[in-house]
Amino acid sequence: MINILIAILVLGFISALFGALLGYASVRFHVEGDPIVEQLDALLPQTQCGQCGYPGCKPYAEAVANGEAINKCAPGGEDTIKKIANLLGVDVEPIDESHELDSTLGNGPTVAFIIEEDCIGCTKCIQACPVDAILGAAKQMHTIIIDECTGCDLCVAPCPVDCIEMRPIPETIQNWQWDLNKIAVKQLD
Amino acid sequence: MESIIERILQNKFWNFHGGIHPPEQKTLTSGKPIKQLPLPKQLILPLQQHIGRQGDLLVKVGDKVLKGQALTQSSNPMAVPVHAPTSGTISAIRKSAIAHPSGLSELCIFIDVDGDDTWKTREICEDFTKLNKQKIIQKIADAGIAGMGGAGFPTHIKVNTKPEINFLIINAAECEPYITADDLLMCEQSEAIIDGIKILEQLLNPAFILIGIEDNKPRAIKALQHATKNIEKISVCVLPTKYPTGGEKQLIKILTGKEVKSGTLPIHSGIVVQNVATCFAISDAVINDIPLIRRVVTVTGQAVSKPQNVWALLGTPVNHLLEHTGFVTEHDSSKANPPVTSPPVIMGGPLMGFSILNEFVPIVKTSNCILAPSRAEMPSAFDNNSSEVECIRCGQCADVCPSQLLPQELQWSAKAKDHQQLNKLNLFDCIDCGACAYVCPSKIPLVQYYRIAKAEIRQQQQLDLKAEKAKSRFEARKLRLEKDKNAREEKHKKAAAARKIAMSKRSADGGSASSAVAAALARVKAKKKAKSNDELSVFSIEKAESSSVLSVSSDEVTDEKSQVKAAIARAKAKRLAKKDDVSTLKVANKDSEEKEKTIKTVKTVDDKKAKIAAAVAKAKAKAKKEQQPEQSLPSSNEKEVKATSTKTDDKKARIAAAVAKAKAKAKAKKTQEKDQLAVMSNEAHAPFKSSNEESE
Repeated sequence: MINILIAILVLGFISALFGALLGYASVRFHVEGDPIVEQLDALLPQTQCGQCGYPGCKPYAEAVANGEAINKCAPGGEDTIKKIANLLGVDVEPIDESHELDSTLGNGPTVAFIIEEDCIGCTKCIQACPVDAILGAAKQMHTIIIDECTGCDLCVAPCPVDCIEMRPIPETIQNWQWDLNKIAVKQLD
Repeated sequence: MESIIERILQNKFWNFHGGIHPPEQKTLTSGKPIKQLPLPKQLILPLQQHIGRQGDLLVKVGDKVLKGQALTQSSNPMAVPVHAPTSGTISAIRKSAIAHPSGLSELCIFIDVDGDDTWKTREICEDFTKLNKQKIIQKIADAGIAGMGGAGFPTHIKVNTKPEINFLIINAAECEPYITADDLLMCEQSEAIIDGIKILEQLLNPAFILIGIEDNKPRAIKALQHATKNIEKISVCVLPTKYPTGGEKQLIKILTGKEVKSGTLPIHSGIVVQNVATCFAISDAVINDIPLIRRVVTVTGQAVSKPQNVWALLGTPVNHLLEHTGFVTEHDSSKANPPVTSPPVIMGGPLMGFSILNEFVPIVKTSNCILAPSRAEMPSAFDNNSSEVECIRCGQCADVCPSQLLPQELQWSAKAKDHQQLNKLNLFDCIDCGACAYVCPSKIPLVQYYRIAKAEIRQQQQLDLKAEKAKSRFEARKLRLEKDKNAREEKHKKAAAARKIAMSKRSADGGSASSAVAAALARVKAKKKAKSNDELSVFSIEKAESSSVLSVSSDEVTDEKSQVKAAIARAKAKRLAKKDDVSTLKVANKDSEEKEKTIKTVKTVDDKKAKIAAAVAKAKAKAKKEQQPEQSLPSSNEKEVKATSTKTDDKKARIAAAVAKAKAKAKAKKTQEKDQLAVMSNEAHAPFKSSNEESE
């Protein structure tokens, strides 16, 4: 009987000790986890296009963290949805139809292009650009900095003379992808 | 270090993992001398022929260029110039298919060859040992030399190094089957190559120079040994034939036993590797002032009847080389649609080369071989449909991989596009040698999968970089907008505060111009008040007066006449009083002096003229009034009649007075307005002010 009591006491003491130790450690060595918003933001394509209905990728990341649907990012497509679902531990959803990419431009990345003869220098597109990729001043011709353009399409609508269009990025040796089938087809020609 | 040298001197070398022994096929071309070809009609020079950036154009369409003239230049150290390989006229500068597996078009300079082959003026250097390091590096850079072994890394960057160099390794292994370009170059130009090595020695000052050469080139070995017999520092290392001995890291491993760490360059281990053809180009450039405008190209394969090494000017279209080596166009009747008019032509070796899009693709700095195989020789090149079958996990690929990777695992991850796993498996240590695909019994084009995966990862990295940039730009913009907004608000706040302060100052300081406005406003208010007061007072006075008049008259009437008449008069007077305008009853005032006084006090605000007019009207009214009591005395009847007449008179006077008053008011208003205007234009209004002050 006394042995059992001793055992209980010893075990109880040890568990209390470790409990206290762990409790102290969890407070003392508390690690601030990577905020979920930052992680979500890192998964988004950063086009800042606003197609999700939020003014940029970060606001959408914040919204997703607060329970917004994960399938609203059109430029990210399914890959992004999968990654977000993986991160949040939720089911993968098909991309929201209203947020699907405009298929007229093809699936390749595009950049905005200003038809410079038609530009009247109204600066409206400059105000619309989320990444400051348009250069110009009032009553001066504007132009797109192609390397900075994310192809978000936001500058097209505000243009009063419709001089902005989205163009696919030309394929060069630098961005060329090996495509076995494509080469084979070319050879036959 | 010393033990390494000892071992090298004893001709004992290390070995690298894996490797293959494909059928040699070098004898097709190794016995024949390098052929000089007639000049082609047109040269096509891509602006970018190497790793790095393309230079800026120095010429325009229609320009005449001389042999060796630079066509591009750039301040970017990673860009090397392109030179005119012969004299001629620039006929076009446009996009054209280049020697790249993609078959994409890049900007090219088209030169119509004039056939004279006129050199630019050259400065031939008799003794390069007198040149300093910078001068030599400049010469190498100006000559446009890029590594001629394959990758095409700009040579002047590779030789311009700070750290101490233990080994300078000259890569003469030429391990790919078929290719004999370096072999023949060593046989025919061994002295020039040794000169090039000496120049490199001067630049790098290495402890030891090793020439790595495979034992399947006996003539070249002999020639090199002969040329280097008096130079102690240089050692010709004859290595067993094995593919890919010519790989940079593999050659280093074989010769020195050192492994270059993943992700580092040989230079970090104190080793520089240069291709033997590059050495020749360096000696040509430094000693003879000949820029890199030609190279030896092996034209071989069973589809050419006279396979041979040729001196090809850079920019020579491939079909010019094929024409002069007896290229047989094979017509394949079995494949009717579409008819294959020309058999495949491969640029580079059979293991690492790629099929070219058409035969007008130009020779560039890195093209060492044109391979035109026959169907029997290389069926895979004819067959576009891959005969790939499932991986059987035999593991042969891992056995032959010179980089000790796991090709099978890599292949699965590449197919699954699992970039993370690919990085874990060190995909980027793969040298694209193709040994794994060569041994694969399932005919899986492993290297192609790796190439695709590498390109995808690079693309992804670029996209990530771009996304990062876009993110930072977006945040910066947001910050800027926020700042602008805050600044605007701040400005508005400040402006409002400033206005408030100015207002309070103005009200405190009466003398200031702005206070004049306030003063004017105050004046207007005071005037309005005064007017209403005036009217009120006048009204009350009149009331009192009229009542007194009435009482007086009624007394008189009761005294003298009947009450009925008095009542009638009263009623009439009452009616009169009721009807009466404010000003009219003034006239009825008995005490003219008193009235004058009150009017004066009340009306000083008004203009003088108005006063005068009022005074006149009053005077008239008074005169009439004075007449009235006199007339009313004689008889009651007459009095009545007269009273009515005075009434009419009174009326007239009243109307006149009203008109006068209205006039005065209008005038006062006008002057007030004028006053205000004047005040606004900051002009002092002495008369008005004084009158105002008088009134106060």
